[in-house]
This record gives sequence, structure tokens and C-alpha cells, in this order.
Amino acid sequence: MTCDVAFVYSEKFLDYKFNDDHPFNQKRIDMTFDLIQKMKSIKHEQIVEPRKATDEEILRVHHPKYVEVVKKASSVKNKLSENEMYEYGIGTEDTPAFANMHDAAAWLVGGTLKAVDLVLNGDYLHAVNLGGGLHHGFSRRASGFCVYNDAAIAIQYIREKTDYKVLYVDTDAHHGDGVQSIFYDDPNVCTLSIHETGKYLFPGTGYINERGQNKGYGYSFNVPIEAFTEDESFIEVYESALREIADYFKPDIIITQNGADAHAHDPLTHLNSTMKTYEVIPKLAHEIAHTYCNGRWIALGGGGYDIWRVVPRAWAQLWQIAKGDEPFQGPLPEAWVKRWQEESPVELPVSWSDAPNIYEAIPRKQEITEKNKITLDQCLEIIRNK
Amino acid sequence: MIVEEIMTKEIITLKQENTVKEALELLNRHNIRHIPIVNDLNHLVGIISDRDIRSAAPSILDENPDSSILEQSLKTIMSSPVITIHPLDFIEDVASIFYDHSIGCVPVVQDNKIVGVVTEKDLLYTLIQITGIHEQSSQIEVRVPNKVGVLPKVATVISERNTNISSVFIYSEKERPTEKVIVLRVQTMNPLPLINDLKEKGYDVLWPNIPGLLQ
Repeated sequence: MTCDVAFVYSEKFLDYKFNDDHPFNQKRIDMTFDLIQKMKSIKHEQIVEPRKATDEEILRVHHPKYVEVVKKASSVKNKLSENEMYEYGIGTEDTPAFANMHDAAAWLVGGTLKAVDLVLNGDYLHAVNLGGGLHHGFSRRASGFCVYNDAAIAIQYIREKTDYKVLYVDTDAHHGDGVQSIFYDDPNVCTLSIHETGKYLFPGTGYINERGQNKGYGYSFNVPIEAFTEDESFIEVYESALREIADYFKPDIIITQNGADAHAHDPLTHLNSTMKTYEVIPKLAHEIAHTYCNGRWIALGGGGYDIWRVVPRAWAQLWQIAKGDEPFQGPLPEAWVKRWQEESPVELPVSWSDAPNIYEAIPRKQEITEKNKITLDQCLEIIRNK
Repeated sequence: MIVEEIMTKEIITLKQENTVKEALELLNRHNIRHIPIVNDLNHLVGIISDRDIRSAAPSILDENPDSSILEQSLKTIMSSPVITIHPLDFIEDVASIFYDHSIGCVPVVQDNKIVGVVTEKDLLYTLIQITGIHEQSSQIEVRVPNKVGVLPKVATVISERNTNISSVFIYSEKERPTEKVIVLRVQTMNPLPLINDLKEKGYDVLWPNIPGLLQ
């Protein structure tokens, strides 16, 4: 099956940059775009310019005071008070202020809204915005590298324009806490987050028992998986959870957050996925979109801090698979490796799949797999018992 | 932290003249397991638990169950005197009372009157909150020599990175008596610079600390 897919892209995405030492680096989008082009996998008419989100759109989710503070922090001349920094999470090590912060964040949000427009209008079946997926943004606080929560704004936008039930699927290694909190009492928005447990990893939340509240009870799903989880167990958890939840919720549209930081190379997390996982994730999301949503699917970026060896390959596969094509295989284009190797502090991979020895054998694999299975069963108990 | 800060102040009580049946209904309606028994002056005279009632109630295995027990007064089955605690006691004291007496609820008494109750659940909840997991943070553990002045040195490394600490606790490992492990929850998604700073200063950083899986 070949699907009509839009790739929302602009160099403006690179303006969302905290500082040179910050792990959140949008260069990965450029590297991905270059990789897709060198694979001749994208046509001119598939590339769509984002728009900039309006204040009104951002205010659908974010508090006016918070937006004001972000704007204030956008000019280097203004200095936030310590209280403002603490209350709104701006100016911290994770989300330091930078020039034009508001505009840069609004373009990312607009990219996701553009993707939504294209799918809702029926111009494209699916749309990909790798500039989005900033799932830690809260209504009135920045955190975890995220200023505005584009995914939440997009969901709110969909809910206002249609009566579609929205399924949000978050496979970033960190808990999708911002999106979950914003729709915690909404039964029309179902969130599923699969992430490394909060024992060590930010933000620390995402327990099985976070299930939503009031009318939204039973529409938040969390599967916190163990540190050092490998492909097999990750995929088992992902496939079971997504299939069963989709069958239970019967969404009309699906939004996926495709953070690529569960990979063994990722410096910020302790999961041990390889490229295998990043082929399975979009493949099933694609299938679910066609089974339940007439294809309506918006795929976003997210975390991913090994921008050299992991993110470009993972996100290029996302694009390839979204089109309905088979995953790329074999060697990476030499020209791509050559171009980026010059800048890369690590040796770039030369093929689409990972060698089996990229990490040392995990001593407690069986227990980790068993524990993840138990967590998965507990998470899904609520729908299996219905 | 003192008892006053964690106790439940809206207390459900009964008189000793009330019946077992009334107590049973109250336990079920409020989904609780203990009811303090007071007199007209609001002085504590006893306590009953769901277990006291179950022990007194006829067995479901009896062929002709005697349901008259339900009409008995609470005076006949309540525990008295009651183990109590004062609002100014430490929550650690509550923990040792629960442990020593194998009970799950302790009334808080001040000036002879009951002013609150603390249950096992309240205590566990508070302990979990103290670990700081309800705030967005990353956890790192640092193994340090068990000697004077180490904690401020570790804390300085973190504050120099402009990072807030949401909680800290320290424990010792049995097999390593000369060392301690400092468990920190720090408010950042990227603890790597901190970890590198600590390692450079010679500290043993455990992130994550899972036996058999040390990185």
C-alpha cells in the first residue's frame, strides 16, 4: 500500500535551540531530511512548509501568564525574576531562556498544527512533523526541554474542529507527562505512554496507577518498563498495549510521539533498544491508523539525544514506513555518512540496522522481560476485565 | 515531620453503646478499617477494627449462625485501653508503634480528647512523598566515604550546575560499613553534566543502581 504522506519541514525548526551544549539539538531533523533525500525517498510535493501557531492557538492549552513569561524571556534584554523562573520553569538548566524563544516554539507548534490541517482536510492521509513532540510542556510550566506542548495543542485543536476521539501514543523513553496531565479528565482523548520507569529517569512519573480522573478515568495508560529493556521486550509491550488499547478505545485519529531515546546509544536513558524497535513502532502505528482511523495519523518527533547514530536513521524509517513502504535495509548512503562524519564526535553507522554487539549482554535480561510483562498485564487489566 | 501534619482530622467515631451492626455499616460506608470509640466528653475509651468485628461475628461455616452478635454493644468487643500518640510526636514514632504492636491505626490524643487518626496508609503515603518522586526529577545515587563533610561537597557540585534538589536521603549498605549511599532527586532531565562533575571529583555515581547491572 502506498500512502500519501506530508513531511512538514522548515529550517526554522533549527531556531529552537537553547545553547551549544544543550542535548536537545534540532540538527537531527536536518540530518534526517538529508538522509531521506539521499535515499530518494521523498518527492518535492510531499514537503510542506509549517506555519507559525497563533497566540490564540497556544492559549488553548497554555496559561496566558506563562505565554507572557515565555515572550518576556525571548528577549535577552529582559531578565526573569527568580520567582518567575521557578514558577514557570524558564531559565533553568533544562529550559534556559534564549533569544526568540517564543517564536521558535510557536513554529514547532505551527508545524504540528499544519500536519493536523493536512490530515483533517484530507489533503494527505498521514503527516509527519519531526519538529514536534514536546510532551513535557505543562499548561503553565516549561520542563524537560519543552516550552509549548505542540501535541496537546494539536489534540485540543482537533477536538474543537471535529468530534474525533484522539489516541495519543508516546514511545519516548521519558513519560509523556505534559500531554497526560492536560487531558487527564477527558474521556475523548486516550493517552498511552511507554517509557523507562521513573526510578532513575526524569520525570519520575508514569506509574501504572495513573489512569486519569473523573470522566477521564480509564483513558490514561502507562507502561513503565525497566532500565536495560531490550528490543524483544519493548516490542512485546508496545504491540500488546497499542493493539488492545486501540481495540478498546476505537480512535478516529492517532497522534504518535516518536522520541528516539530508548535506543541503547542514547546518553540520557538506560533502555537498550536498537533500530529493530524503530521499525516496529511506525509499522504498527500505520496499521492501527488504517484499521480504526481511515488512515488519519500524525507522527511527531520528540526526544533523541544521540543525534548522530540514532535519530536520523530512526526518523528516516518512520518516514519510509509511513508511506507504506518496506523499511530501508542495507548500507546507508555513502554521501550521507561522508557529509556528517566530519562533524560527528562518534563514528557513524554505515548500515540501517545495528550490529548485534552495540552493547554488552544484559545480565538480568530474563527478569527484566518478566517484570515488563507483569507491568503490561497490570496496565491492561482495566480493559481486559471489562 | 510531626504527626499533626499528616493526621486525618475529620474523624469518624462511635459511642460504646452503639451496636456492632452500626459499626459494620460505618466501616463499609466510609471504606475505613478502624473506628475510635469515645464518651460524651470526646475522650477516647476504646477502638474497634474490622478484624475485631470479624472475630466476633459468626463464622460463615456455622450451620445456624447466631446473628445476635450484630445487636451487641461495641463495649463488648472494643480494644481498651488504646495505644495513642500526641500531635507533636514525630512520624517515625508512629512507624515504630505500628511495627512494635502490629497495628494499623493510631488515634491522636491531645488534652485527653481525640484530635485525629493516623493509619498505615497515611504513613506510607507520607514516606513516599518524602522521597520526592511526586516532583519532576531524575534520581542519581552517589556512593561516598562515611565521613564528615561529604554531603555539602556533593550538594555544591549540584548547585554549581544551577540545579535544584527535590529530595535527598542517605542509607548505608551492610557489606560496606565505611561508605554511605546518598540518594538525590534532582530537578533536571539531563543529569549527565552533574554525573560527570561528580565522577571527576572521584565520586562513585550509581545511575541506575541495580545490583548485577552496574554500568
